[in-house]
Amino acid sequence: MSQALLETNGLTVRFGGHVAVDGVSCAFRAGELTAIVGPNGAGKTTYFNLISGQIAASAGKVKLMGEDVTRASVADRCRRGLGRAFQLTNLFPDLSVLENVRLVIQARHRKGFNLLSMASSHSEITTAARAILERVHLDPLADKPVSELSHGNQRKLEVAMLIALDPMVYMFDEPTAGMSVDEAPVVLDLIAELKHDTDRTILLVEHKMDVIRTLADRIIVLHNGALAADGPPAEVMASDVVQEAYMGKALDHV
Amino acid sequence: MLVTLLSGDKPRSAILTVLLLGVLICLAGAPFLFPGVRSLETAATICIFILLVASYDLLLGYTGIVSFAHTMFFGLGAYGVALSATHLGRGWGALVVGSLSGAIAAALLALVIGLFSLRVRAIFFAMITLAVASAVAVLVSQLFNITGGEDGLTYRIPRELTPAFRMGELFGVRLNGRILNYYLVFICCFLLFLFLLRVVNSPFGRVLQAIRENDFRAEAIGYRVVWYRTAATCLSAAIAALAGSLYAIWLRYVGPDTTLSFEIMLDILLMVVIGGMGTMYGAVLGAVIFVLAQNYLQALMGVAASATEGVPILPLFLDPNRWLLWLGLLFILSVYFFPTGIVGRLRAGR
Repeated sequence: MSQALLETNGLTVRFGGHVAVDGVSCAFRAGELTAIVGPNGAGKTTYFNLISGQIAASAGKVKLMGEDVTRASVADRCRRGLGRAFQLTNLFPDLSVLENVRLVIQARHRKGFNLLSMASSHSEITTAARAILERVHLDPLADKPVSELSHGNQRKLEVAMLIALDPMVYMFDEPTAGMSVDEAPVVLDLIAELKHDTDRTILLVEHKMDVIRTLADRIIVLHNGALAADGPPAEVMASDVVQEAYMGKALDHV
Repeated sequence: MLVTLLSGDKPRSAILTVLLLGVLICLAGAPFLFPGVRSLETAATICIFILLVASYDLLLGYTGIVSFAHTMFFGLGAYGVALSATHLGRGWGALVVGSLSGAIAAALLALVIGLFSLRVRAIFFAMITLAVASAVAVLVSQLFNITGGEDGLTYRIPRELTPAFRMGELFGVRLNGRILNYYLVFICCFLLFLFLLRVVNSPFGRVLQAIRENDFRAEAIGYRVVWYRTAATCLSAAIAALAGSLYAIWLRYVGPDTTLSFEIMLDILLMVVIGGMGTMYGAVLGAVIFVLAQNYLQALMGVAASATEGVPILPLFLDPNRWLLWLGLLFILSVYFFPTGIVGRLRAGR
């Protein structure tokens, strides 16, 4: 059964006259880690925003597990199994680290409209949240407000919140950006671990070629918003397209 | 047990604990500790404003929604009781029917306003609440054959709640229906406050805080932000209406000035900010300080003015008519020195 978990058909968005994502058609299958590469401004994050629903598409479709979600809200897509970690850290700054993760698990358990119980009495949620914090080594900081965390730790929490969501489609947007050399491996190991769940699919926007080489099963290249290459890492990385894209040259001949 | 009652939200500051206990004891024993019509009046007003301000804090402090329609909901509850007491006649049934219909009307109106405007930016919601609240205030003063217009309505409540009902004496204080009425107000406000404390510490309350912190991310982890904002608005409106009903039962009178005026809206805002947004306990301290200042600052200034009579200029500033000046000064100082409110300051400073 190789039905794509996530599929985009001719996905396009225009901002005024500028086409930021230009007719990208791509299917993402279970058990696959796809790296999305391309120079700055190629439309990688915009493509992510279209998939997760922060931006409405001008044309084309997004399908999640075979169902059209192009018009669905961000929350609806999330509830159908689409999870995303953000490039710029995007947390609940005045709440504790534990509370940030708890909120994600609480959302998954559909407990949000429970008004009459104490949040702290739902020990299954707290236990699950603590377990996830242990996986990213943030458990000693569980009770600190997020605003007091270092940048690296905030990035880890960002990843922890995506894992807590337990989605079918994981979307990582430069998960190690701004992390120190000794912090990054924790996150990369976690992503590698997620690959063991072969019924899920992982999308990863990343600039570091060594990371892509070790993790990716497949690379797609975006350039000026369009799909410029798609294939196994070795093949794509050897191609002229990537060489040129990363040298910053124009790809007019593609 | 006690922790469960407080929904696990402990004061987290020794001074705050003492202050809150002090307020609780004073309010619970008000008829006996401070006998007199005036002080009982003040105590009842404090109880009602604690509830009203706490319900506003649910919106402003916990969900991050700015609304200017809170007095409108307060007024809906008050007019609900007034109208049902006028038309259904004197009786307990009329009070219950009036309170419930006021609360339901408030929640429905909040639902309509919320669904229309909470999708868009926060500032639009604030503007729309302002517009609706003004419209309702005008409507109430224009529809005078129903609402009594600017004169308001007076009506009769069950005899057991009026001074005419006597029950003997306790600790040298004559027990009458007025004291019974006070305890009705006190107990209802106390229970509803505990209910609000539970709501803000429930899973729902956590979602509201998440929305306040970062609505974008709350949506991205699967919470339908509009629904939560709307639910919080409706709940807050219903509680404000109940506070209004209690006020109407206590005063036996409603009028635009006592329940709908924009001045009360400003008072609520000040009380939330002075007490500390997003803390619930801030509502208690804010309301106590503000209502006490409103009721006794003038008298205190009168005393000070006559004491400094010989000194030049000073008595001019201490003239009781200048009390708003001092209240304003008090407010500026408290915002300057306690930007997170009194509760925020007490919790941070250890």
